[in-house]
Amino acid sequence: MDSATSDRRPAERTPLSRSADNGLKIVIVGGFGVGKTTLVRSVSDIRPLNTEEVMTQAGEGIDDPSAVRGKTSTTVAFDFGRIGLDERTVLYLFGAPGQERFWFLWDRLFAGTLGAVVLVDTRRLADSWYAIDRLEHHGTPFIVARNDFGGPAHTGEQVRDALDLPAHIPLINCDARSRESSKAVLITLVEHLHALSSAQESAAAQETHP
Amino acid sequence: MSRPGRDEDPDRLYIVTGGRSRADTDAFDLVTLVVAESEPALGMQSEHVKILRMAERPTAVVEIAAELRLPVSVVRILLGDLLALGRITARHPRTGAARAGGSSLPATDILEQVLVGLRNL
Ligand SMILES: Nc1nc2c(ncn2[C@@H]2O[C@H](COP(=O)(O)OP(=O)(O)OP(=O)(O)O)[C@@H](O)[C@H]2O)c(=O)[nH]1
Ligand SMILES: [Mg+2]
Repeated sequence: MDSATSDRRPAERTPLSRSADNGLKIVIVGGFGVGKTTLVRSVSDIRPLNTEEVMTQAGEGIDDPSAVRGKTSTTVAFDFGRIGLDERTVLYLFGAPGQERFWFLWDRLFAGTLGAVVLVDTRRLADSWYAIDRLEHHGTPFIVARNDFGGPAHTGEQVRDALDLPAHIPLINCDARSRESSKAVLITLVEHLHALSSAQESAAAQETHP
Repeated sequence: MSRPGRDEDPDRLYIVTGGRSRADTDAFDLVTLVVAESEPALGMQSEHVKILRMAERPTAVVEIAAELRLPVSVVRILLGDLLALGRITARHPRTGAARAGGSSLPATDILEQVLVGLRNL
């Protein structure tokens, strides 16, 4: 059951401050039922909202009776929440399904995103392989958060091996139902991004002033 | 069991599907904040009216889509109409990245601002 009924946040829209002028985003990607919506709900100022994106694809070679003039469209739903960070800045969190057929949605979501959290369930690690490949290919920085569903205990090393995860990418445990834990996931990601960005900025400074 | 090798080229998907989104729909990011610059006028299309009402305060593209129950791609087209008419303005995301999109990282000062906000939650 969804916990929407026990959600005390107002159902009507909560507007942003008039001075809000910078929307930033972080993507939470992961397999079915891994806790994406739960994590978004735990930290969001608003009830998670749902919307959809439609992608029209060239349908050549695709055996689809609904294809019109060689085109076919795919719809994918995703949910999101938001966190007002200060008077001007608002952070949007998107929960995106991790399956291969949704690749086009990620390309939209990843464009301009600060970074991503790959949420994994250790009982189904293979569900996240494709998402990790895509993030690496796209050059989107990410961390991995292991949502605890009470499966067999794996060491961090075992999880890293199974995901072929390089040592510099943070891997943390979380409970998406907990606000503090979900907050810690986001902070870990942003700290990681900060470390990467600082390294890049000082490398650039070295180049200009050798 | 381990994640298989990375030699399968994901770009194959782009070729098969004829490429990614077109530039004109990319004018509005999902988190671009839209602000109404005028009251709805008589005879305006009802979706345009709804958007102008919602955007009396800054409102993200994705929130407009969720509220109107329309796909984001459709909302982008409606917003394009309103922008062309000068009825809305758009506050685009600023991550301080050297290049938009791609692999360039957000600027450290933006990230520090985000960290302060998150720690204060
Ligand atoms: N034990 C445990 N259960 C969790 C945790 N996080 C989420 N759940 C439960 O797992 C179920 C699925 O969580 P969702 O947040 O809906 O997962 P999702 O990734 O959004 O799922 P889809 O959108 O359907 O792919 C819900 O019943 C949650 O209450 C966790 O950390 N521990
Ligand atoms: Mg969900």
